[in-house]
Amino acid sequence: MKEGLRQSMAWVHTWSGLLVCWLLLLVFMGGTAAYYKHEITFWMKPELHKAADAPSRVSPAESATLAVRELQQRAPKANAWFLDLPHERNPLIYASWTNPPKKGMTREERRAAFRTQNFTLDPMTGEKTAAPRDTRGGEFLYRLHFDLYYMSAIWGRWIVGIASMFMLVAIVSGVITHKRIFKDFFTFRPKKGQRSWLDAHNATAVLALPFHLMITYTGIVTLMFMYMPAPTKALYGSEQNTMFSEVFPNAERVKPAREFAPLADVAPMLLQAERAWGAAPSRVVVTNPNDANARIELHRPAGQQLSNIEPTMTFDGATGAQLSGPKPMSTSLDARAAIYGLHVAHFADPLLRALFFVCGLAGTAMVATGALLWGVKERQKYAKAIANGGKVGFGVRLVDALNIGAIAGLPIAFAAYFWANRLLPVEMAGRSNAEANWFFIAWGLAALLAQIRPTRAMWRIQLTVGAAMLAGIPALNAFTTDTHLGVTLFGGPGLRPVAAFDLVVLALGLLLGWAAWWLGRKARKQAAAKQPTSTHTTPLEAT
Amino acid sequence: MTTLTWRYRGGVAARTLAAIGGGYVLTSIASALIAIALPLPRADAVSIATLLSFVVYTGIILWVFATSSALRAWIGVVASSAVLGAVLWLTGRMA
Repeated sequence: MKEGLRQSMAWVHTWSGLLVCWLLLLVFMGGTAAYYKHEITFWMKPELHKAADAPSRVSPAESATLAVRELQQRAPKANAWFLDLPHERNPLIYASWTNPPKKGMTREERRAAFRTQNFTLDPMTGEKTAAPRDTRGGEFLYRLHFDLYYMSAIWGRWIVGIASMFMLVAIVSGVITHKRIFKDFFTFRPKKGQRSWLDAHNATAVLALPFHLMITYTGIVTLMFMYMPAPTKALYGSEQNTMFSEVFPNAERVKPAREFAPLADVAPMLLQAERAWGAAPSRVVVTNPNDANARIELHRPAGQQLSNIEPTMTFDGATGAQLSGPKPMSTSLDARAAIYGLHVAHFADPLLRALFFVCGLAGTAMVATGALLWGVKERQKYAKAIANGGKVGFGVRLVDALNIGAIAGLPIAFAAYFWANRLLPVEMAGRSNAEANWFFIAWGLAALLAQIRPTRAMWRIQLTVGAAMLAGIPALNAFTTDTHLGVTLFGGPGLRPVAAFDLVVLALGLLLGWAAWWLGRKARKQAAAKQPTSTHTTPLEAT
Repeated sequence: MTTLTWRYRGGVAARTLAAIGGGYVLTSIASALIAIALPLPRADAVSIATLLSFVVYTGIILWVFATSSALRAWIGVVASSAVLGAVLWLTGRMA
């Protein structure tokens, strides 16, 4: 590190990237999938597909009225009701509620109870749909990408936050190292070993550089008050909650008056909001229903602004009068919300969302090619030893094995999660947890096998398995549901997410299959070239 | 194969510690000062200072590895922490 700036930055880039790259692959893949978490959840609940086939015939105001009528019967004394009304990315009416917590309930128990407190209405008929299977759907992948799993969320968030900081350092130092950032973007020298991996790493990194930098920084920002509490300490002392209520004015909650008051009709409120916004509200939150202090909050649908805090309209639930609601945010508070909003991309229309998804895949490819590059470079130091039939060092072997387990193993884990969704018995107890467990069983197995034999054959096996499992999902869907591609491609717009899911996993499967085929061809070529001179092959050839 | 000297390894370890630990402390002090110095309502000041802190932290980490020796890196981090920490302490006393 005594050399020039570029050399020392190259060192920082290599090591800050390498140390966290396998975790980052999980975060990138999970986060990329999370752009479509609603669509994934919908695919994973095939019981709802039929109801979504026909376009909604019930207006948003009627939808809300129907849902409120049902909630009045099932949960009149709830803490809060949540209604998601049909709009672009949601074909159905979803209703859920939270009850006042019973004494001695753990957080886990409350969450489990919450997962049972919901129903779905068919917007075509207003009838309740078939109860969907117990699954966490896309929410599991979304949570996984910052909470991790099998540990408390707070641990997961610190681990992912530290890894993200490594990533931020790796990106900035990578840019400093990169002398010819513009020229290199147009450079690709295929079939040249290390050079090709370097070019591929540069291309995927530079192509979507603004995205990588943005997504890493904004990711840290989503939890910034936890990661960097010093400014809060300086201005608020120990009153952290005061800071939260000032920075997040929407989060204010009214206490119940414990005095009965019938809930006002929601339909006129929805019509009023629709007139004001030019779009019907997508979400209705009723706090303290049937209480004198009831509040009804209407949320404008996402898609018209960067900020993740959507404008709301608040009504008094007892009198039906409109309240002033939270005061407009200052510029810097709005800026923070917009930076947060950039990360979650609720604003994105279908095309922009697809672009974000592709950028996420490019980020995954950047991390993967970077990890591979390290192995390829490091192996050159052992070139002589390998030629003499020796072995590569422990570090190279470990990185090779981790690369296989993460790059080829993670797609298997994602596929296993979707297969479990279709193959586990529908009535099984603890089904949603079992689905998540299958994600980790599959990943653990792939990672373990990779540690035992980190060879090129293992790359091919795992890539092939991942390819077959992903590309096989449309067929699996056809065998286990009535909404296969033959139906979804020609059905109503509500079924488009199901068709798109099938097609995207098929495409990703084919991509992995191509990678497996390419590796196989390379191996055959090398074997043919080696035949006359050498009789034995080394177990750990360059991948 | 190049073998790494213990001197080199120690240097790397010292810099890593200075970057991650020292950098975090210095960033905390600096961003607290920024929050106090900004002539804005405190909700805005705390937001801007916290948003900036990760940029500051990145800069410090890179400087620690770019500077010519591990000793310089430590002196830089400790000295600026001490100076800014003293300013922070004084502003706390005056308030």
